[in-house]
Amino acid sequence: MDCVATGGNVKVLAKAIHSLSRIGEELYLESVDDGLALRSVNSSRSAFACFLLSPLFFQRYQAPADHSFRCKMPIKSVQAVFKSLASLDRSVEKCRIQLKSEKSRLTITLHCKHGLLKTHNLSFQDCESLQAVFDKESCANVLQAQPRLMVDTVLHFPPSLEEVNLSVSSDRVWLRNHVEDGADSLRAMMTELCLSSEEFDHFSVGSQTSVTFCLKELRGLLVFADSSGLPVSMYFDEPGSPVILSVADSVLEANFVLATLSEDSHPKNHVNPDTKHPDTEQPPDDFMSDDMDSFLIAMESSELPGPSHVPTSPPRPTNNRKHSYIEEEEDEQALADGPPNKKFCSLFFGSVLPTPSQLPNQTMPSQEVLASDSEDENQTETS
Amino acid sequence: MKFRAKIIDVGCLNHFTRVVNTVSRLTKACVLRLTCDHLYFVLSGRVASGGVSMWCELSQGNFFDEFQLEGVSADANEILLEVAPENLSRALKTAQNAKSVKIKLTKKSSACLTLAAELPSLSSVSRVVTHDIPVDVIPRRLWHDFREPQMPDFDVSIYLPPLKTLKSVVDRMKNLSNSLVLEANLNGEMNLKIDTDLVSVTTHFKDLGNPPWGDDGSQSSSPHRDPELMTEVCVDIRKLQQFLTGQQVHPSRAMCNIVDRRILHLIFLHEDVSLQYFIPALA
Repeated sequence: MDCVATGGNVKVLAKAIHSLSRIGEELYLESVDDGLALRSVNSSRSAFACFLLSPLFFQRYQAPADHSFRCKMPIKSVQAVFKSLASLDRSVEKCRIQLKSEKSRLTITLHCKHGLLKTHNLSFQDCESLQAVFDKESCANVLQAQPRLMVDTVLHFPPSLEEVNLSVSSDRVWLRNHVEDGADSLRAMMTELCLSSEEFDHFSVGSQTSVTFCLKELRGLLVFADSSGLPVSMYFDEPGSPVILSVADSVLEANFVLATLSEDSHPKNHVNPDTKHPDTEQPPDDFMSDDMDSFLIAMESSELPGPSHVPTSPPRPTNNRKHSYIEEEEDEQALADGPPNKKFCSLFFGSVLPTPSQLPNQTMPSQEVLASDSEDENQTETS
Repeated sequence: MKFRAKIIDVGCLNHFTRVVNTVSRLTKACVLRLTCDHLYFVLSGRVASGGVSMWCELSQGNFFDEFQLEGVSADANEILLEVAPENLSRALKTAQNAKSVKIKLTKKSSACLTLAAELPSLSSVSRVVTHDIPVDVIPRRLWHDFREPQMPDFDVSIYLPPLKTLKSVVDRMKNLSNSLVLEANLNGEMNLKIDTDLVSVTTHFKDLGNPPWGDDGSQSSSPHRDPELMTEVCVDIRKLQQFLTGQQVHPSRAMCNIVDRRILHLIFLHEDVSLQYFIPALA
């Protein structure tokens, strides 16, 4: 593999990496049909981000001979290459990423002014493909706004705020801090920001909805969008389905997928009788981190062709996964049989099964879900 | 009990924000006392706060365009609320360019001060940000704790040196010692002293001037007091530093009263705000 990014795109690449670093500890690199994908996921599998750089993003793009190249590496080591954005601007003319398969090294070379070359050899690990299952087109609600609007609204909330609730009606959007129930909930300050639909470039709301997701991980995207000036699109459905934020231009597409609290564990929101309020109040609930699973987002569990292939065997819930999310969707997904609906992938993070070519003797699945990462403590193996 | 107020002028809003920011840097919790004419932020000296007490008085008319209050009862037309000034500060921070800010007492799951700011927006409809700040209503039987502190019978009253200078001296002294002695006399002279095993440092200020308290003040009640005689108080330097660091409002007058070896009483006056801070002497 050999790609060269030049000029301003070097900085864009650096910013993408910095954005991804806000999500997870590792950078997953994969060469796909549409270009080069840089992805990251957080440890609880509740946030996933992917930057897809098309071949046109690069001055030169030569895909790896073995088209299914993918690897992962600690994101900090990649960040170190692109440390100072200001100096990148000033002195780096181009950035070359090469895969030296015989050495198992990813070589990133920064060609700087005055003929200076900075070469970084990064070792990587093999890994499975990391891809969340999501479908923007099927989302009932779509909002698009200039990044400034998003950044300004987020400013109203303290940087330490974890979860935020987004509610929409036919002409209004409310953003509120989500406070988990507990001893402190009565003492916490509640903040609500109400925006009119007119402030959005695009506002298409299927029905009044309210979703709660983690704000912290989103900030990485907002910083990227703000500096790139690209409008941010937001796709979401009912609680439990992930919210997808994306920015795109002709050569780059970034998608941030964040899990949302599912219906039963929906937060008790602050009722303000003075404002026109969508009827989305939910009953008080358990502290959502106890319901970690309700926060898991759909992850594709196999490499079989098809954009959103799902395993034919259902995910096996372990005892501690008996929670409201599963119960709610039990009617659609029999726990012990039948192919789960795409939504039910959201119960777990699946690994990618080896391709048939790699395991000629193995027939395709039993579709067992394997642990995706040996390091990943959250996963359990199905037998 | 009812309270509604509104600020429209951006200058007033900024000024109010600065006062609240100052208070929030001095204490994590205080009492907000509301009367028809004034707002007070009160911290009554407790062991928990290290014995310091604070009285910050604002004249309501200088900040609010609208102010309606219905107190606890007709003869006690006041409302006292325990609040975390930091919450108020955070709420005001997001309302910086607001077209208007409304504050009212509301009841959500508990009593709250609700601050609603109308912000400029990209469309014809304003953005509205609402903050519900939880408060505790102080029952009337406890009001006596939050009365205006009496002016102590001080020995010397003196204007402070320029705050910037004072602050930088105290900042440096803080690195060397935990306690500081502040002494002053009626001749406009003030010394700040620290004394440790390793080092002693004294900073001298002169020509500071002594406020004329007139016939009521004790400055004239002891006419035979030798103007050169220093009165001193030894205080925890961190408390003094915290007070000086937090200041966001530049006072038109800054002075202190010293009760010999007992209390350091700092007074900052601005045209519509007054701030008094009492630091007890270290035992």
